[in-house]
Amino acid sequence: MDTRILVIAEHDNEKVSLDTYKTLSAASCLGDDVTVLVMGAACHNVADTLAKAQYVSKVLIAENEQFAHLLAESCAPLVLRLAKDFSHILAPASTFGKNLLPRVAALLDVGQLSDVIQIVSTDTVIRPIYAGNALAKVKTSDVHKVMTIRSSAFDCGETDCGEVAEVIEMNESVNNALSKYISTQKNKSERPELSAARVVVSGGRGLGSKENFAMVEKLADKLGGAIGASRAAVDAGFVSNDLQVGQTGKIVAPELYIAVGISGAIQHMAGMKDSKVIVAINSDPDAPIFQVADYGLVGDLFEVMPELIDKLP
Amino acid sequence: MKVLVAIKRVIDPYVKVRVKSDGSGVETNNVKMSMNPFCEIAVEEAIRLKESGVAEEVVVVSIGDNSVQETLRSALALGADRAIHVNGPTTLEPLVVAKVLAALMEKEQPQLVLLGKQAIDSDNNQVAQMVAALTDTPQGTFTSQLVIEDGTAQVTREIDGGLETLELSLPAIVSTDLRLNEPRYASLPNIMKAKRKPLDILEAESFNVDLQPRQQVVEVTAPPKRESGEIVSSVDDLIDKLRNKANVL
Repeated sequence: MDTRILVIAEHDNEKVSLDTYKTLSAASCLGDDVTVLVMGAACHNVADTLAKAQYVSKVLIAENEQFAHLLAESCAPLVLRLAKDFSHILAPASTFGKNLLPRVAALLDVGQLSDVIQIVSTDTVIRPIYAGNALAKVKTSDVHKVMTIRSSAFDCGETDCGEVAEVIEMNESVNNALSKYISTQKNKSERPELSAARVVVSGGRGLGSKENFAMVEKLADKLGGAIGASRAAVDAGFVSNDLQVGQTGKIVAPELYIAVGISGAIQHMAGMKDSKVIVAINSDPDAPIFQVADYGLVGDLFEVMPELIDKLP
Repeated sequence: MKVLVAIKRVIDPYVKVRVKSDGSGVETNNVKMSMNPFCEIAVEEAIRLKESGVAEEVVVVSIGDNSVQETLRSALALGADRAIHVNGPTTLEPLVVAKVLAALMEKEQPQLVLLGKQAIDSDNNQVAQMVAALTDTPQGTFTSQLVIEDGTAQVTREIDGGLETLELSLPAIVSTDLRLNEPRYASLPNIMKAKRKPLDILEAESFNVDLQPRQQVVEVTAPPKRESGEIVSSVDDLIDKLRNKANVL
């Protein structure tokens, strides 16, 4: 089969996710025939925006109330219908892609390659295993190669490349009697998105309380960064779950990652050790985080943090 | 209601894994093994459903060689009623595991299947979604809250940017996130009792599922090592280094 790539777009019916652009850039490593599928309700803006993006040769839009919340039970049958024309089916390894794509793969009776960080050839990729402590080069013999893309491993292509791809309407509908959307609780924030931020300041158990976590927020705001957290900080209720950085949370690779009061468990490091520059502030000189930190400051964070916040412009 | 819980035996999460020098995988000989943490959460949730009267029977299943029986016994010690050991290769691809579980669902007819959202060794995060696809059932992935009511499952899912609540018809497949519950420890009397609970052994071959891998692991390597950095003496020193040496401020 020729290399024809289908990228499933992630969006909230208004905005295209950054992860989608990164997945497009991963798709461009496979070939130049890249079709994007936009499923949603009232999502023409999303389709038009994606038509302008680099690496996109065609946009398919399936606009229907059934796709409003991108439920896997609604989306998978549609992707399955389109799949026979594509050699590769890609989605971002976000909670959206992780939820949907294995369902698609199983319906196609093919395996999936999860969290791909490098594309070696059209059938071979590299993906991390064991919380990123090993890298597996995997070759698949499946007819359709289904993969989710780790966005921190790929750059973002141009969002407006000067050419506009064709947008094709698909009048498809599905029958989903299995699941029903009830509600969403969004954590609103003025700060940049965690996985897209140039600077991330993360706090751990060492901060001691939710009130003290404000120091992390203050430092992040001074640096124009996002805030993250270790599992301990999330479990203790300092911040919401979706800010957890690590094997089971978000994977980030910002230019600057500042870990405050985080010891550096294997599971946390899995989410941040590809950051360009890592700074650790911790009172325990033996904390494992210092083994990956470019700059470590051993000291009481209750003294260090106010001083740092104060001295930054 | 019958609840089926799929569990996996993995390298203990606190072990620092070593990549074998021949590139064939990671060292698993003489390494501490335990139940995958997300599976522990699935077992705990099933037992809570039983304790609250929602579930009548909790059946745990694991696929692999004889060593998985130890993992199954620990789930029985936590409160599961019965265990099924599907005897087969230790490393199977998620699609194959999903096919075996789908066949087992056919046989056992559970109303709810609980799985961890991912195994911490292969980090695939696929099996629950694949089982749901193969059995044409709804999926509640990355679940941090589960309510069974009026013949439906209400799941609150951890998604990027917040939480989402869905209503699923039963039977349903639910995969657990860390926040779903705090797993209990097994008491010594319960560990003793678990030894007498039923544990059936089925052969993986008996399910009419092609067990052959479709993905070939060409090579496993250690990730690039980070250069160890320096300890700075003061906040001023840190700011100076970030500004003038690392150029990130």
